[in-house]
Amino acid sequence: MDAPEEPLPPVIYTMENKPIVTCAGDQNLFTSIYPTLSQQLPREPMEWRRSYGRAPKMIHLESNFVQFKEELLPKEGNKALLTFPFLHIYWTECCDTEVYKATVKDDLTKWQNVLKAHSSVDWLIVVVENDAKKKNKTNILPRTSIVDKIRNDFCNKQSDRCVVLSDPLKDSSRTQESWNAFLTKLRTSLLMSFTKNLGRFEDDMRTLREKRTEPGWSFCDYFMVQEELAFVFEMLQQFEDALVQYDELDALFSQYVVNFGAGDGANWLTFFCQPVKSWDGLVLRKPIDMEKRELIQRQEATVLDLRSYLFSRQCTLLLFLQRPWEVAQRALELLHSCVQELKLLEVSVPPGALDCWVFLSCLEVLQRIEGCCDRAQIDSNIAHTVGLWSYATEKLKSLGYLCGLVSEKGPNSEDLNRIVDLLAGLGAERPETANTAQSPYKKLKEALSSVEAFEKHYLDLSHAAIEMHTSIGRTRSARLVGKDLAEFYMRKKSPQKAEIYLQGALKNYLAEGWALPITHTRKQLAECQKHLGQTENYLQTSSLLASDHHVTEEERKHFCQEILSFASRQTDSPGHKIVLPLHCFAQLRDLHFTPSNAVVHVGGVLSVDITMCSQMPVPVHVEQIAINVHFSIEKNNYRKTAEWLTKHKTSNGIINFPTETSPCPASQNNLPALELYEMFERSPSDNSLNTTGIICKNAHMLLRRQESCASLETPSGVALEGGAHVLKCNDVTLEPGANRLMFRTQAKEPGTYTLRQLCVSVGPVRFVLPHLYPLVQYDVYSQEPQLRVEPLADSLLAGIPQKVKFTVTTGHYTVKNGDSLQLSNAEAMLILCHAENRAVIYSNTREKASDVLLRVQSSDKVTSISLPAAPAYHMIEFELEVLSLPSAPVTGGESSMLGMTEPHRKHKDTQKAGHCMATTDHKVSIDCPWSIYSTVIALTFSLPFRTTHSLLSAGTRKYIQVCVQNLSELDFQLSDGNLVDPGSADLQLVPLNAKSPQHTHSKQSVFFVWELKWAREPPPSLHCQFSVGFAPASEGQLSIPLKPYTYEFQVENFFTLYNVRAEILPPSGTEHCRTGSLCSLEVSITRLSGLLEVDKDEALSESDEYFSTKLMYEVVDNSSNWAVCGKSSGVISMPVVAQATHRVHMEVMPLFAGYLPLPDVRLFKYLPHHSAHSSQLDADSWIENDSLSVDKHVDDQLDSSSIKSRGSVHSASSSEHKGLPMPRLQALPPGQVFNSSMGMQVLVIPSKDDHVLEVSVT
Amino acid sequence: MAVCVAVIAKENYPLYIRSIPTENELKFHYMVHTSLDVVDEKISAMGKALVDQRELYLGLLYPTEDYKVYGYVTNSKVKFVMVVDSSNTALRDNEIRSMFRKLHNSYTDVMCNPFYNPGDRIQSRAFDSMVTSMMIQVLSRAPCCRAGEALWA
Repeated sequence: MDAPEEPLPPVIYTMENKPIVTCAGDQNLFTSIYPTLSQQLPREPMEWRRSYGRAPKMIHLESNFVQFKEELLPKEGNKALLTFPFLHIYWTECCDTEVYKATVKDDLTKWQNVLKAHSSVDWLIVVVENDAKKKNKTNILPRTSIVDKIRNDFCNKQSDRCVVLSDPLKDSSRTQESWNAFLTKLRTSLLMSFTKNLGRFEDDMRTLREKRTEPGWSFCDYFMVQEELAFVFEMLQQFEDALVQYDELDALFSQYVVNFGAGDGANWLTFFCQPVKSWDGLVLRKPIDMEKRELIQRQEATVLDLRSYLFSRQCTLLLFLQRPWEVAQRALELLHSCVQELKLLEVSVPPGALDCWVFLSCLEVLQRIEGCCDRAQIDSNIAHTVGLWSYATEKLKSLGYLCGLVSEKGPNSEDLNRIVDLLAGLGAERPETANTAQSPYKKLKEALSSVEAFEKHYLDLSHAAIEMHTSIGRTRSARLVGKDLAEFYMRKKSPQKAEIYLQGALKNYLAEGWALPITHTRKQLAECQKHLGQTENYLQTSSLLASDHHVTEEERKHFCQEILSFASRQTDSPGHKIVLPLHCFAQLRDLHFTPSNAVVHVGGVLSVDITMCSQMPVPVHVEQIAINVHFSIEKNNYRKTAEWLTKHKTSNGIINFPTETSPCPASQNNLPALELYEMFERSPSDNSLNTTGIICKNAHMLLRRQESCASLETPSGVALEGGAHVLKCNDVTLEPGANRLMFRTQAKEPGTYTLRQLCVSVGPVRFVLPHLYPLVQYDVYSQEPQLRVEPLADSLLAGIPQKVKFTVTTGHYTVKNGDSLQLSNAEAMLILCHAENRAVIYSNTREKASDVLLRVQSSDKVTSISLPAAPAYHMIEFELEVLSLPSAPVTGGESSMLGMTEPHRKHKDTQKAGHCMATTDHKVSIDCPWSIYSTVIALTFSLPFRTTHSLLSAGTRKYIQVCVQNLSELDFQLSDGNLVDPGSADLQLVPLNAKSPQHTHSKQSVFFVWELKWAREPPPSLHCQFSVGFAPASEGQLSIPLKPYTYEFQVENFFTLYNVRAEILPPSGTEHCRTGSLCSLEVSITRLSGLLEVDKDEALSESDEYFSTKLMYEVVDNSSNWAVCGKSSGVISMPVVAQATHRVHMEVMPLFAGYLPLPDVRLFKYLPHHSAHSSQLDADSWIENDSLSVDKHVDDQLDSSSIKSRGSVHSASSSEHKGLPMPRLQALPPGQVFNSSMGMQVLVIPSKDDHVLEVSVT
Repeated sequence: MAVCVAVIAKENYPLYIRSIPTENELKFHYMVHTSLDVVDEKISAMGKALVDQRELYLGLLYPTEDYKVYGYVTNSKVKFVMVVDSSNTALRDNEIRSMFRKLHNSYTDVMCNPFYNPGDRIQSRAFDSMVTSMMIQVLSRAPCCRAGEALWA
């Protein structure tokens, strides 16, 4: 209870502040209760509902209880909040009406009046009840009456303003209950008062803020007002709200500065624009920096002061809120914005002063944060603090540069003066850090004191920053700090320390492909390497820089000159070579072989054209450009042939090298694209597929270990290859840009040559391209001479002159004059010699070399072709005409039998075979001058024609028809068709053909017909020879007469023996046949001749000079027009006498109406079985069973076999049926039977009562 | 008022970078390159938290005394970095966002060009003029008085 006695301090150490509550009435009573009260009040939180939609908060309330005095009540217009009494309490334990009336009431009234006068409405009357007192005065009224009286007298409408607290000092449940009720009431009242008073305050504050555009408005005044609110929030431990107040002030100020920058300056702002005289950094170790606050209050603060103060308050609150990392983040922002604001406000700041301020501030913030966090926390939050570290490093660096602390010689007098001035601006060290060894103040002072101290501090900071950046994975930032460090070392003339940082940074930039930083770092590195005397490295960096387009022309020339002067300087001391990669000096663009397929024969000349782009800015004279070539003997002999090589090489012979886009990131461009190829592996013996798959041709490039990027800059161990095979080019001046280089070589050994390494020599400097990629190869081959003969067309046609192409590949053989090809003639093939056969000589690359007349000499056996003289590895091509004599294949027997029985099947057969031409092979053996062995060449000729013949009959008159079918693609002219039978002179062949030549187009047929006439009995067989002259229709004049086409065949059994005649008669009495009604079929079989040679077979039986033969007839209707009623077949015995006739009568029934063809009547020779005696059996009886049992297949055999083989067929079939005494049927040869009713039709009319009309459409 | 605009490939090499005071190009290159540290950090942090949220704007990457560096990352991890003069306090977050969105649209147009090889440096004139407009456009607009509007509006 001491506190109320003391006079209140004007302000403030906010943390000790509590909201003020005044106490009036019985002071002793309050004193006795106070300990419990102050202990109990903050115990439970209370929800504070707030205006303006702010979120409600739970608050633990505490209060500062002071004795009520009228002075405590704020006067009109006083806006102080900290000293504002939020609640007034009147304490009494009066329980006596008399006492109440006498003293307490008056006292209360007075108190109330004072409050009313100050319009304070936050009050409370507490009546403390004490049982002990009550017991002493038993006569008094019940206690309620006093409370009621008070309520009645003072709390006219707010009866809850009067609270009863019973037996507060006892430990009973009743006491507890009443305490709780009281405390709740107290807290509620306090909060209500807060809400009301703070709300009013905020309203006032807002009003004040709205006046900010008025001329007299002062930011500092307003600052004080809003800070008051912040203090109250802080007092209520509402740090968040307090922070908001400062943030608002911060933002308001920032906005003013921005507006000032835009030319809208507020008057008050000019106060802040005083020149900066002190730069002692932030002060964060005190909760409130009273000095600065007073400066602000007096409107004497500079921008830095205001910012420092604001930030120190924000920092304090943030630390209360356990947000140290936000402090770090805000600090960085603050420092940046302060620097900006000073610029914007055009505040004059001595050079270096801001750097000092920032440096000190950074360290202050960092130390403040370190002071309130443990190591582990700090380590895990480096990301938040590292910015401050590197900022401090940066600032120290610029201070060092400013004050001459980085130079070799140390600071001069001007620098020293500056240092003194800067130190003066720091003032004296503040007392709170005076005892700290590592205070920012001490650090800065020390760092500025000497070159050595500066270096120590700067390195410390730099290393710390690098380490921190690295530890959180900010490698790029670490590299940047490292580069600063390298610059520092370079200034300090210790390039060996700088190199590692530069290399590290460069590696990083190269890896990510940042061109400008690469160039810049390289320039630094070049300087560093020059100082270090690393000749090779320096030359390499120089060459890279000389070829870098981001470097100015002058600098490029300078670096180029560095290389050239080195090269010229060193010429006198040979032996020492400096190997540098080529890509920084020049780049290959393309490579071109002549001959373009990069295949040369032994002794041939190969030239390689290379386009090389010099990257140097000036022309460079080069002593030698050499390409090392790797030679390998090809194991596979086949690969050596020119054809193979020509087929498998790129056609144009130009190889383009991928352009190296130098600053491209390693990740994607260092790897070449996949080169995938299909692969088929066939077994060598039968060419069947063994394996197939996809192979990657450049797997070695893709799979090799990624070399570290450092090797890009250091001359990697490029070994100079020595070798026997080198392509050279001497004394070349490489102009900037594209240069064409030509290498010539003469091919010596056959094999494959791979271009490996390219080396450009400038003095002792060798620019080396270790591997040419893509693979560049050329092949040298040696080839055996070869002769190839092939037809010009797809196939050769026999009978007409055909062209055949001869190709002589000379290979390594040189064809001399007099060399000739000796062709031994095949019998049936002629080689036609023309006067002007020309041979063309081609070079290996198919270029026409010359055109020579070819001499061909033919003798009986040998045709000799004298070859024109041709050099090695050339080709001689010429064409010769050959003629194969058309010989018809030997055809025997009968071919198709047109118009006779069963013609259909035979047609089918002929058509089937009709599409391929018959071929003949001719073998020619050729003696070549280069070989003792003969070459045998087979030529296949196709016959252009296919010929068939057939026998036609008309009664006994006979005709022979020959069909010539043109199978080739050519059109032919046929003339002089001729048919002779040299055997029988008494036979006459009368041609029925046109005399004029016949034109037959491709795939067409021409028919020739002759009538056969004889005087005497004709022979059983005819031996015919058909010949026809032919010539290709297109060619007008043929050089040689062509042999006619011949065809030989035999015709047998052509003489007609039987005439079959069928007739259908309508039933008697009717005019026409009707469907469904029986008609009679009359068949008459007439023998036309007497006994002939052909009749002499088993069927013939003789009795008494009377010859007869057995025939079987059969009526078959294949088209089902007729129904044969009764017996359809039968065996007859036919007398072998001319005009002997046998008639058969049958009943048939037409099934359809219309003109119906007659049913077929077939005639067979009926051969008895082997036994000599004639069969007793009635043949009909088993024929009627079904004709299945009859051996009918003989008939089928007839179709294909000749009649000559009849006997054998017979025996074959008889042997098959050994033991079965069965007669056999044999179809009569078609020439022997003439069906005179063939093609006849009978009109059948539908029966009248037919109610079903069947219509069949066929 | 961007002073430097950069488009950086997924592999962190520059596809496009242009800055207005050309004499200081190198400085901006270093700055943009270094800012990739923070971009990486933010992307990996975002990878965990904001997978579906699709927030492409990375916000302020890191401030320096004179410049503010803002970042933006496309879904294909192409980064846009914009450097803004610190003194240009009138430029607010929303404007930066819309500038980035414009940049992204223009970049998409570049990508849609069938003759453009993804991964090549951007040489599109349309893109270039868009960037130019972004560098100049805001320059011409004077920052107006907006004291505290945003604060207690």
